[in-house]
Amino acid sequence: MSATDDVLVSVRGLKTYYSIRGSFLDRLVGRTGAAVRAVDDVSLELRKGEVLGLVGESGSGKTTLGRTLLGLVPATEGTVEFEGQDITHASEHDRRLLRRRMQIVFQDPHASLNPAMTVAQAVGHPLEIHGLARGREEVRARVADVLERVGLAPAEQFMDKFPSDLSGGQKQRAVIARAIILNPVLLVADEPVSMLDMSVRAKILELMLALKHDFDLTYLYITHDLATAKFFCDRIAIMYLGRIVEIGPSEAIYADPKHPYTQALLRAIPEPDPRRTIPRDLPRGEVPDASRPPLGCSFHPRCPKAFEVCGWESRDLKELLERRWAGLDEEGFEAEQAAVGPMEELDVAKTHVRLEAHGGAHGSDLRGLLDRARAADPAEPFWTGVQEMRDANGALEIDWYDPVEPRLLPADSVEVECHLYDETALAEAAQRRQSRIPQ
Amino acid sequence: MTAVLEVRDLRLWYGTARGSVRAVDRVSLEIDAGSVLGLVGESGCGKSTLGRGILGLLPEGARADGEVLYKGRNLVTMSPRELRRLRGPDLGLIFQEPMTRLNPLLRIEDHFRETIEQHDSKLTPKDVRRRSLDTLGRMGIPPTRFRQYPHEFSGGMRQRIMIALALVLRPSLLVADEPTTSLDVIVEAQILRILADLKENFDTALLLITHNLGIVAEACDRVAVMYAGQIAEEGPARDVFADPKHPYTRELLRSTISLDTKVLHSIPGAPPNLISPPSGCHFHPRCPDVMRVCPAHDPIETQPDPDRRVLCWLHGPEREIPEGGTAPLEREQIAVAEEA
Repeated sequence: MSATDDVLVSVRGLKTYYSIRGSFLDRLVGRTGAAVRAVDDVSLELRKGEVLGLVGESGSGKTTLGRTLLGLVPATEGTVEFEGQDITHASEHDRRLLRRRMQIVFQDPHASLNPAMTVAQAVGHPLEIHGLARGREEVRARVADVLERVGLAPAEQFMDKFPSDLSGGQKQRAVIARAIILNPVLLVADEPVSMLDMSVRAKILELMLALKHDFDLTYLYITHDLATAKFFCDRIAIMYLGRIVEIGPSEAIYADPKHPYTQALLRAIPEPDPRRTIPRDLPRGEVPDASRPPLGCSFHPRCPKAFEVCGWESRDLKELLERRWAGLDEEGFEAEQAAVGPMEELDVAKTHVRLEAHGGAHGSDLRGLLDRARAADPAEPFWTGVQEMRDANGALEIDWYDPVEPRLLPADSVEVECHLYDETALAEAAQRRQSRIPQ
Repeated sequence: MTAVLEVRDLRLWYGTARGSVRAVDRVSLEIDAGSVLGLVGESGCGKSTLGRGILGLLPEGARADGEVLYKGRNLVTMSPRELRRLRGPDLGLIFQEPMTRLNPLLRIEDHFRETIEQHDSKLTPKDVRRRSLDTLGRMGIPPTRFRQYPHEFSGGMRQRIMIALALVLRPSLLVADEPTTSLDVIVEAQILRILADLKENFDTALLLITHNLGIVAEACDRVAVMYAGQIAEEGPARDVFADPKHPYTRELLRSTISLDTKVLHSIPGAPPNLISPPSGCHFHPRCPDVMRVCPAHDPIETQPDPDRRVLCWLHGPEREIPEGGTAPLEREQIAVAEEA
């Protein structure tokens, strides 16, 4: 898509990495620490007047993406354009001017207001910081206006109250008032209702929709909640471990989710319908460590549909063994663990490992162990990724297929980053399946 | 089915500078052995106080009156020492924040040893280990991680460990106070799956406190809806959700945003403070169906169906409603800003 007049924000190849400080020794010898890839090569456009939902679990990088967009966190690579201007490396002076145009509402209304400032002081503060009102009277008049607009009416009743006098919903209204008092064009709303009671969420969302209409706002709505996003957003971007895995119009995402992760997120939402029970086939585990992402597709270790090319590797073997051991009795676990020995070797991502047999066991014993694991759960997708297992002199050598990196590709009316929708990856997997060495 | 716990006319209150807060106001409940009872309501309705009050875990200065019967004994009048002996092997609690409830300096192994030895000092170290590993395994925590520290686990794993710690003593009742609030939606569903399966695996009854009606619908056998310290409605989860009798239950269900939500809905106003709640039915200022009798007289509990009860004048008893009491009450609109 070319940059057109209706594009408000354009993000290209954006990466935001946080470096982890290494140990003292690392610094002494000049080794640099690892990096958390909070945002890992994201491109998207935000069109004027739309609500784009950025949806993902904690650790998906959605908040960091929102903050990088606003310049609250420096970008490691890539560009952010706002109204056609590259603002990735804007000076502090330019940023100040930009902040009149782009504002943010944070998740926790209780932490977003200074407890020592009255509502009028807090909401009027941006006017003073930016020198946009002359004198106390004008500030108060404009604060009264905006308070009425966000439903804190009559304004006189709220202006001189302190945050501790307000309920959660009222605080969030005050925070929204403070964000819109400068007449911004872009509002980044980071989980604006997730700290509020169910009975209040609808009211705040309705307020935000009304404000968007009245003030011609564009929203980036950051949330983990696909249920509120469905109501609120024109388009949805699903994030997982720093990457957008699916993006498209809301109707399409909800009617026909493509990515197995999107499908899982939708299935996991608790519905107030007692005929439904909690699904049993949910992805296992949690979002992995973004400083050591899985090979290939980041979602593959949890994905029920993963196959040959998705990036199977040594760490998946360790998880497989640990999952198996959690279900064995103590004797069974101890016997198997004694044969496998320490598993540090498996912590480093590799598509080839040599698993030494311990405690008097042989390579064939390890193979027997893995065969039992496979027989216990033949549908486990891990096994599709194993290219070959060889007995080698008291050890077992395992090769996995090389991972194919997933790309965001069009599929119907959305874009999705999953090999299931990538013809070349599917063909590659089929070819590997045919040439697999019989086990 | 036999009840593992019976709460009768329980009142819990504590004094503040502004007056006494009646957090739980004459509540009666029964939890059947091996069943899951959901306790729902907005923040500030007394759910957590009730959950803790049942276990005798109230802050200093709180007072209790009424009966909490467990195996024929009243926990309200029991000495702190006796109560402490029951907590763990009989009554367990899972808190909201798994991050802060594990001691960062203790290995998982030590958490289990400490818990088990507190209540059963005769077990050998080998038995302690076996029992711990067995419970952890059922929660999906591999034995290879038994000697790790809490910080080495993810949030969902920590909550699994907390649940395992509560279950390792095989309590007959577990109180779980918003156990999934700080977790992501997929992990939340994983944890709920575990809690809903407790019956099959541990024969433990569960009191699940939550503000999320979706959770109750999917995980609970029965549900109690709490408002302003009282049980507004109680019954089998399926029936209550299909046909809510109390207007508060109905409004709460309508305001829950789910994937099926077509129109946003909310309840005007906010739950009252519990120092001086509204007269009559505490919900009357927010109730769309309010009648003349509602602010004037305290509602009386009725049974619209044999297995259900509700505290609302809409369901009578008719002989107690004064002449003209069922006429709608005229009142001013509630201001938008009067909300939670």
